[in-house]
Amino acid sequence: MQLTVWTYEGPPHVGAMRVATALRDVHYVLHAPQGDTYADLLFTMIERRSKRPPVTYTTFQARDLGGDTAELFKTAARQAFERFAPKAMLVGASCTAELIQDDPGGLAQALNLPVPVVPLELPSYQRKENWGASETFYQLVRALAQPHERTDAQAAGRRPRCNLLGPTALGFRHRDDVREIRQLLIDIGVDVSVVAPLDAGADDIARLPEADFNVLLYPETALTAAQWLQRQHGQPFTRSVPIGVNGTDAFVREVATLAGLDAEQALAAARRHSRSGWWSRSVDSTYLTGKRVFVFGDATHAVAAARVAAHEMGFTVVGIGTYGREFAREVRAAAEHHGCEALVTDDYLEVESRITELQPELILGTQMERHIAKRLGIPCAVISAPVHVQDFPARHSPQMGYEGANVLFDTWVHPLMMGLEEHLLAMFRHDFEFHDGAAPSHLGHGHAAGKAAQAATPAQAPGADAVAMVAASQPVDTAPAPTHGTGNVGISTGAANDAITRWAPEAERELGKIPFFVRGKARRNTERFAAERGVQMITVETLYDAKAHFGR
Amino acid sequence: MSPVIPIRPAGGGCTDAPVLRERGQREVFCGLTGIIWLHRKIQDAFFLVVGSRTCAHLIQSAAGVMIFAEPRFATAIIDERDLAGLADCNDELDRVVTRLLERRPDIKLLFLVGSCPSEVIKLDLSRAASRLSRQFMPRVQVLNYSGSGIETTFTQGEDACLAAMVPTLPEALATDPRPSLLVVGALADVVEDQFSRLFQQMGMDRVQFFPPRHSDRMPAIGPNTVYLLAQPFLTDTARALEARGLKRAAAPFPLGVEGTTLWLQAAAAVFGVEAAVFDRATSPGRERARVAITRHRERLQQRSVFFFPDSQLEVPLARFLSRELGMQLSEVGSPYLHRQHLAEELALLPEGTPLSEGQDVERQLDRCRAAQPDIVVCGLGLANPLEAEGMTTKWSIELVFTPIQGYEQAGDLAELFTRPLERRTRLVA
Repeated sequence: MQLTVWTYEGPPHVGAMRVATALRDVHYVLHAPQGDTYADLLFTMIERRSKRPPVTYTTFQARDLGGDTAELFKTAARQAFERFAPKAMLVGASCTAELIQDDPGGLAQALNLPVPVVPLELPSYQRKENWGASETFYQLVRALAQPHERTDAQAAGRRPRCNLLGPTALGFRHRDDVREIRQLLIDIGVDVSVVAPLDAGADDIARLPEADFNVLLYPETALTAAQWLQRQHGQPFTRSVPIGVNGTDAFVREVATLAGLDAEQALAAARRHSRSGWWSRSVDSTYLTGKRVFVFGDATHAVAAARVAAHEMGFTVVGIGTYGREFAREVRAAAEHHGCEALVTDDYLEVESRITELQPELILGTQMERHIAKRLGIPCAVISAPVHVQDFPARHSPQMGYEGANVLFDTWVHPLMMGLEEHLLAMFRHDFEFHDGAAPSHLGHGHAAGKAAQAATPAQAPGADAVAMVAASQPVDTAPAPTHGTGNVGISTGAANDAITRWAPEAERELGKIPFFVRGKARRNTERFAAERGVQMITVETLYDAKAHFGR
Repeated sequence: MSPVIPIRPAGGGCTDAPVLRERGQREVFCGLTGIIWLHRKIQDAFFLVVGSRTCAHLIQSAAGVMIFAEPRFATAIIDERDLAGLADCNDELDRVVTRLLERRPDIKLLFLVGSCPSEVIKLDLSRAASRLSRQFMPRVQVLNYSGSGIETTFTQGEDACLAAMVPTLPEALATDPRPSLLVVGALADVVEDQFSRLFQQMGMDRVQFFPPRHSDRMPAIGPNTVYLLAQPFLTDTARALEARGLKRAAAPFPLGVEGTTLWLQAAAAVFGVEAAVFDRATSPGRERARVAITRHRERLQQRSVFFFPDSQLEVPLARFLSRELGMQLSEVGSPYLHRQHLAEELALLPEGTPLSEGQDVERQLDRCRAAQPDIVVCGLGLANPLEAEGMTTKWSIELVFTPIQGYEQAGDLAELFTRPLERRTRLVA
């Protein structure tokens, strides 16, 4: 038994649902008790799908257990077929049904349905969601893929073509990655034959072997299927994951090789919209240098994110981890590359304690780490499933390809900027023209809070537009703040510090010359340095001694 | 008693109405979901589900957000070693519980919560609970109940939890002949406090709420205690209380002005509160609620509503919507209709209301599409797909997580139904 507070992955049948829901005309009959239908809301609420997942649950109850749950399954399967008329059916058991051993595969076979029926054996007590998705896709491909005589694209006078394998329902930005990579492939001269499972039909799965090669977008869900297609149908598949500029470059080169195209030409065609490289070299990004970052997610996204963090953003990767044991080896290799320790665990509390211990300046994680980050006050960007409603933005927001790299730059820098902004606000809080009671500078000079409020009405008399009214009313809302607000807190903190160590006036003046955005840190470090050495009075000397001591 | 609301003539309504009973796929949560509000209610209790990864995933998905660092619930996930007999489930459970209680010294009451897998492998959690209780008493009491989907539907999880606590409630002094009242069913703290104030104003000082907010404040009960259900889904709890000699005060449930008034009257009757006193105490709340509801009545009158089964609150909600807001009832579906506990409610429903119990979700969807109601009350799995078909929906789970009982919430409750309709009119296609 394992004590679990939060879980990164659902059970394997949820992985099967992600495949079934991605497909257009495949129905999944799941032998399951009441309550397992909760999984529907993952798709209808988190992903905001407009259709229910194509899943029929047998809903057996305690009183059925002594009777005939097998008959219940057969009835449900027959009715589901009649109602939904799928082109293929998946049948299987959830964790409880696995224990009662009704053999959904055999029962469905006995129904003699006129469509392919694929039985799924998903061991719920050993495996998890991603494995379940991978196994389901693999079994489906095995059952439906039709033999095809391979032809050479050049000889046949056609463009090379590939399939995109791995995107599922409820995938982290799968929808946008597919659009991005499809366009990238078209731009470099490769046609996309089938995308699967996302939005594919059973007939599309059948014609997978018609492509020259496969693009493996998500190894977690499609490596097994890609390997089988290679063995059985001679289709090679790509190994590089197109995340980040370097990752996408490597991907384009690999595709060019598989497709028999000129790699440099392909890169030139593909890189037109790549901006993140220059954004990162631009001098305003200098402050990103060496930011200590902790990375956690599924293995593919974690490894790629760490690579981008280190080599495209100039961060220092202080920790990397994954909840997906199936790909632990890749993560361990990445950890070695970055010179840190790998954390392979699905225990949320373990991840939290590692982060607490490392105290990174940025976390690139899942929604779970976002909550850890919020508690610890560390900036965080989400890079991987498990997903949340926020991970399905209305706008196009890929992680893959060159546009994906642009998105990564924006998404990761944003929380750091917000952190810096908050820092600046805190620094400026006591400045005479920037305190909470001061009127915003864009409203003009000389507007003390109260005055602005009084002046607003006569000045903006008839014809004043709504925006001006709203702006003018702001000082009224904030006016009471200084009386009970932050000013007092600042003073009392200062007083408390005075009791232990004092700042000599010239040291205090010297501190004032230090750039505002590091001044707070300099003050804290100097006071700590002084306290550790029993220094009562901080002089200019102490200030620079401390600077030398803490300097990296 | 106060003649404020005329008691309905006997024989009307849906007292003996036929009910469509269905079996098939159910689109409802299992009883484990109750942990989400129960752990907020009993603030020193921990809920340990003994189950599968599915159980853990269900609770965190239903909870929606993971805002609590270490929530007061968790799952002991059974793995293949437990099933293969390589590990003894009881030893494993003892190990997990010991680790848990070491981490959380603030926990005073631990529930071992049974699940579908633990029921199917016949893991005896009651024995485990008494064993662990012996080990950890007096610091921690360990109880058990089942929230499994093969036995419980959604709110029945609370029923099972409360029923498990009833045998542990202290005995009231037998020498005290004065009556006391036990309000049964988890209510939001704010609602409980409002009711407490009303009871005080009526001079009713011997009122206790169950479940309590802290495990060391378990209500004492005895033969002079009368219980009043605040929730319609407490079948087993009621049975357990009656086994302890308590009698039930029958009433509709405290939703809307009418429901709240009749419910409070039933409470006041236990203490023989005079009509004038009752009237004085309740009239400000009644009036405020009436005003709050009127606004919504204009928008909801003559609109039709279709209930998919969810929390067993459907019948009281339907009664409120039809009698106080003038809505038409297309179908009132409930996972389970308790004829006795709902007798007062059914009597108030308009005659001929289509009632259904249980579910075959596909057939019910067919009926819903045929009825084309103005608003559909359904679970989260169905809401967006129905919206995409052009229907207006209200998530039923919000009716469980939001304070809706009592006078001060009557307007909020009505608003839960007007908001989706209003939203539709605001969004211009």
